[in-house]
Parts: sequence; C-alpha cells; structure tokens
Amino acid sequence: MRQFGLSLVLIFAAGWASAFEAEEVARFGPENSDRELRIISTADIAFFEPMITSFLASAPNTSIEYTVVSSSELQKAIVDEGEAFDVAVSSAMDLQTKLANDGWAQRFTPAANSALPDWAVWNDMLFAFTQEPAAIVVSKSGLGDLPVPDSRNDLINLLRQHPDLFRGRVGTYDVRQSGLGYLFATQDTRASEIYWRLTEVMGALDAQLYCCSSDMIDAVKSGELLIAYNVLGSYAINRADRDEFAIILPSDFTTVMLRTALIPSNAPSSELAALFLDHLMARSHGQDAQLLTNPALDLSQNEAALNRIRIGPGLLVFLDQLKKRAFLSEWESAILQN
Amino acid sequence: MSTPVAHGSIRRRLLLSLLASAAVLAIVVYFVVQSVARQVAQESQDNVLTASALSILDSARLSGGEISIDLPYSALSMLDSISDERVFYAIRLEDEFLSGYADLPEPTGDPNGTSSFLSTTFLGEDVRVVLVKRRMSTDTGRSFLKVSVAQTLSGQKQALARISRTSMGIGAGFFLVSVLLAALISRSTIRPLDRLTGSVSRRGPKDLRPVAAPVPSEMVPLVASLNSFMRRLQQSLMRSEDFIAEAAHRVRTPLAVVRTKAEVAQRKSDDPETRKALREMIRAIDDSSRTAGQLLDHAMVTFRLDHLAREEISLHRLVQDTVERMRPTSELKDVTLEATEVETATIKGDPILVQNALHNLLDNAVKYSPSGAEIHVALTTTDDGAKISVKDTGPGFQTDELDVLPKRFARGANTQDIVGSGLGLTIAKEVVEAHGGTLHITNNPGGGACVSLVFPSS
Repeated sequence: MRQFGLSLVLIFAAGWASAFEAEEVARFGPENSDRELRIISTADIAFFEPMITSFLASAPNTSIEYTVVSSSELQKAIVDEGEAFDVAVSSAMDLQTKLANDGWAQRFTPAANSALPDWAVWNDMLFAFTQEPAAIVVSKSGLGDLPVPDSRNDLINLLRQHPDLFRGRVGTYDVRQSGLGYLFATQDTRASEIYWRLTEVMGALDAQLYCCSSDMIDAVKSGELLIAYNVLGSYAINRADRDEFAIILPSDFTTVMLRTALIPSNAPSSELAALFLDHLMARSHGQDAQLLTNPALDLSQNEAALNRIRIGPGLLVFLDQLKKRAFLSEWESAILQN
Repeated sequence: MSTPVAHGSIRRRLLLSLLASAAVLAIVVYFVVQSVARQVAQESQDNVLTASALSILDSARLSGGEISIDLPYSALSMLDSISDERVFYAIRLEDEFLSGYADLPEPTGDPNGTSSFLSTTFLGEDVRVVLVKRRMSTDTGRSFLKVSVAQTLSGQKQALARISRTSMGIGAGFFLVSVLLAALISRSTIRPLDRLTGSVSRRGPKDLRPVAAPVPSEMVPLVASLNSFMRRLQQSLMRSEDFIAEAAHRVRTPLAVVRTKAEVAQRKSDDPETRKALREMIRAIDDSSRTAGQLLDHAMVTFRLDHLAREEISLHRLVQDTVERMRPTSELKDVTLEATEVETATIKGDPILVQNALHNLLDNAVKYSPSGAEIHVALTTTDDGAKISVKDTGPGFQTDELDVLPKRFARGANTQDIVGSGLGLTIAKEVVEAHGGTLHITNNPGGGACVSLVFPSS
C-alpha cells in the first residue's frame, strides 16, 4: 500500500465545499497520475481497500479518490448536486436501484458478463459484488450459560424468559436513520410476520437504536449490549476480534444484502470506471474469487435459508413516501413503547 | 432449314412468375407473422402493466375519510420478473399527486374505459404507460383515484427481436419450399411440350402421320393444326409425285416413237447435214427419255421408301447380278466392268431399292468413263457392316463438288456432253440412308472416282 503513496485525509463536514457530507476521503496511487478514478461509497475504507490496491496493481499510472458517505448522502451527491463521480458503491440496494431506475446510471456490459450469476446484474446498470448477511451478534461472555439463539423464535423466547437481563441491552438499527437498517427491516417483514413480534419484544425491553453496524458490534464487545439484531455480518466477521462474540445467521431465514456498484451517467472517466467494474466483478465472482468478506463467513452452509434480496423495481416499493411513512409509524409504535 | 427465333421461354416465364409470387407471399407472411406477434407482445405487456396498476389501486383503502395506499411489493416486482425493466408509477387523486413519479405522463384515453395506454419516453427511455382509475368517496366528495404504471421495453424488444428472427425464418422457409415447388411445377407443366417435340423430331424424314398421342387440352389446337398441316403436306407431296410419275410415263412412250421415226429418217436420208441434225435429235431424245426413266425410278424409290420392306438380302448375289446386267452396256462402250473381291454379306431391306441404287452407281460409272476405262466393284465386310464400292478410272469428281452432287438434279461441271439427269446419286443416297447407311463420294488416289454404299450390319 505504501508504494502507492497512500495518503489518507480526514475531511470534516464543516470544511467540505460541497453540500453533501463526506465522512472520509482517501487517495490511493501516485501523486501525478495520468488518470484519476473518483469513487463514492458507503463502504468503510478498510473494507474496500483490498479491491482498490489490487486494481491499482494492474492499472499503472492511475490514482483513486475514495469518498466515504452515508447512503442518503450518496443519493444527495449524485441526484441533487450532480457531483462527478466515476463509480458509486453502496450497500443500500433500494437507493442504488432507484438511482439506476431513474436514469442516473450508465449501461455497461462487464467483460465476464456470461460468467456472472443472474442475481448479480440488473439491467446492465447495477452490479452486485458481495453477499452480506444480516446477522445476530451475541456477546458470548454476557450470555453466560444461556443458550445462543439460533433463530428469531429462539431469540424471542430468550428475551421473554429473561426480560430483566436484557432490558436496555438489546440493540438494532434505527431504521429512520440508517438506509441499510430500513432495507433489512422491510425485507424481514416481507419474509415473515415474526419480524414485528420480535420488534415488539425488543421495544418492550427498551431496545437501543444505532446508526451503524460497527457501533453495534462495538457495543456488544464493550458489554453495553448483549444482543444486536440485524448487524451486517460481513463487518462483524472482518474484525480481528471476531472471536469475542458469536455471529449467528438465523436458521429460519437470513436476509442477504448485495453490495452494488454503478457508473453514474455523468461519470467523467467512464472508460476507467468500466475497467474498475470489470476488475471488481472478476474478483468477486467465480471459482477464483477473492472476496472482500472474510472466508469464515460461509453462506453456502445456510443456502436454503438465504433470503437474497433481489435487485429490481420491487425495492422501490418501500421507498414510496406513503409506504415509508406507514412503515416507519408502525415500526415506531412497535419499538418506542416507553 | 433455319432455326426458329427463340423469344423467351415458357418454363422460365412460369418459374419467374411463380418465384415472384412466392417472394411476395413470403414477404407478406413475414410481415403478417411479425405484426400479429408484435400485437400479442404488446397486449401481454399491457396486461401485465394493467395487473400491476390494478393491484396498486386495490390496495387503496379509506380510513377516516383519508385515502391510504399500501403499495404491494409484487405490484412493481412483477414487472421485472422476466427481463430487467425500469419501472415508474404515479398515484394521483384527481389532479393531486400522492406518490411515485410526479412527472410521469398520463395516458389520455377513453375516459370511461377501465384502462388506457400510452407509449412515450420517460427519463431517457421508451416506456409503455397504463392508467387505471377507481371512484373513491373522500371527505371532499367523490373523486377518481388514478394509478399510472410504466415499464421500459427491453423485454418486449428482446421478444420482438426473437419474433423477427422467427418470422424471418418462416418467410425464408416458405420461400425455399416455394422455389422447390415452382421448379417441379414448371418442369411438369412443360413436359407435354417436350414429349410432343420429342415424338415429332424422332420421326423419319417421310413420316407425315398425324400425332395421335394424348396431349393437354391447351395443346390440342396446336396439335390439330400441326396434324392438318401435315395432312395437307402429304397430300400435296403425293399429288406432285403422282404428277411427275404420270408425266414421265406419258412423255416416255411418245419419245420412243419419235426416236424410232428419227432413226428411220436418219437411215433413209443421204444429206449429211440432215443426218447430223437427226443424230443430235436422237441424242436429245435419249437424254429426255433417260430423265423420264429416272424420274419414274425416283418416284418408285420414294414410294417404296415410305413402305420400306425388311427382307433378307444376299448382297454378294445382288452385286454379281447387277454387274452382269450392266455388262452389255459397258461392253458396248468398251469399258471393262469387273466384280473383284466379293465377300459374303447379308443385310435387311428392300432388294429392289438396293439393286436400283447400285445400278445407278454403275450406270454413272459406265456413262462418265471414257472407252477403255476400268470399273471395279467390291463388296467388303467389316464389324460395322457391309460396303459396296464402285471405282472407275474415269475423270473423277471435282473436289469442290463432292458435297453438292448427291442433291437432286445436280450434275458435275465436267459432264456437259454426256446424257444424264442428276438423279442417280440422289436415288442411291436416299436408298442407303433409308437403310440406315451412308453414301461416300471420293476420288481415288491414282485418279478416277470412288463411290461407296455402306450398310450397317443387320
């Protein structure tokens, strides 16, 4: 990494010229490169960095500017402000689908198109390169002798049987803040009614709400939480301290988010972006894939229970303002009982 | 005979018009299949769109005088189930926009119909829009809830491309089959003409019988006029031959009388000039009577050729006989006539005709050879047949006349002072050809003429 002259710059919101809020901006590659690829992404730098360095190794004299934003800021940057980015990467599949559906993405055919699974490409615009499950993260030490729940039903039973232990110590996404949390929650409701029962139970136990998976994992690690529901499994498994907590893929159904990339319609270097996407897709699919997620996260054991979110206009349904308003009010009445 | 001028070909014209109509039909088939399929594809897309819009409309509920819509997940996801499509929708209460894409154009179709459609462009792509509506009672009174759903056309385009390929294939297949059929039809249509041509051209030179084989009704007039033409031709031929034979016969007898009278007068006359004139007269009478005789011969030959007999002929005997009959004439002229080298040979045919042919050859040879000349007659056999050759030591033919001489009334340029009709070689040629053989006229290497009759072995 050093040989590429990595320079990491932290940009604070107040100092940023644009209106959208960037969390971090990092530069990779030589200072005076001939061409620059601008990526806007919701993925943490550490998570995405292997992909960038492997691409730069094959593309000489190229640099990459990597901007980390939240999924709603990404939407704002591209739609409202027309910022010129070459690649947009996001875990918010619904928002990505809306971008593509509304004409903000260019069509592009990856070199390895025929080798890609059907679910990985939508309309030659959206390209999925990871499969990341929503997991239940449990503090091993905090649970003591209690059984580790294997499914949502187990979890509900556990919470009901030990309300005093878990009061204030269960956490989940604040779906009003987090696009990914909203996506997981809405897809859970599509899969089963049990989501609402679980939300009711967690609400009764004064559930803590978080903006991001990393915060929830930290909270479990610190003992602040015993159980975190709908945590991004890929983030949990990629941590060095992953042995300190149990990562459970629920056996009833496991919602799987696909992280997707697109080339915005106003991309200044769309050819370079196409090269990058070719690299991204080739590295993420097939026999020789080198996944961004830790190999310990083995989805194939659980194939029957996988509820892989399908990219498509169905995702637009929960973005509908009437639908979203109705869903959030129902969710609030379930989780905010006090 | 001159070759008829060919102007166009029935078969080609038939083939071309069949192919042209097949091509037109193939193109029509292509367009019909495509337009039907296009309509079906459009209808099925419209049906899916309508189902989607209706499911949204059905999810609208009134609660407390307000409309709430619980957008069904499947309403939009069903539009994407077969091919990846971009999907847009708009929900409006009369003109008040409730949710979806505010700019989505609304079809202005039949206001009373259940659904109306529109093909337009939205956000940079061709889309099909459907509008369905339902009357709702709200706080503000009764009003229409309108749901529009739009879908891009990539699936429809794929389907149309596939249909286009299929209908192209159907059209091409149709055309290929038509080409095959057209070739067969044009050949079978033209076949009766070919058969008629074949049966007419296979006929012998003297065969003027009417065509009796059945022909298609379209060809009956042609064959009828052909038959009538041949009948008239035959009658006219017969009449003229009868006439010639009759004329020759009638001329010959008085000529004989005139000749006898002239001879008597010559003998009685002492005046040398009168005797000379009478000698020339007798000579001219001989010439005429000979011509008349040969015309009779020719008429006889023509008649017999029409009804050619097929008897066994011993050629060697026939040659010997003919030579012996000719010997008095040759001796009179002091010409040596010999049948040298006579092999045994048998053919099938009319012995009188063959003898007549040989007689004519010998007669010519004796007539045109000077005194003291020699004539050799030979009969040789080969694997292919028998050959009678007559060689003399006379003046021979002039080489530029070899082709012309066997024609009727043609005479060599060097025969002015000799009595002759020009029919002898013609008769010989007609006879030998009627027997399937050939007549050869050449000059001997050492001088003199050589005429041979070659008969095929029976």
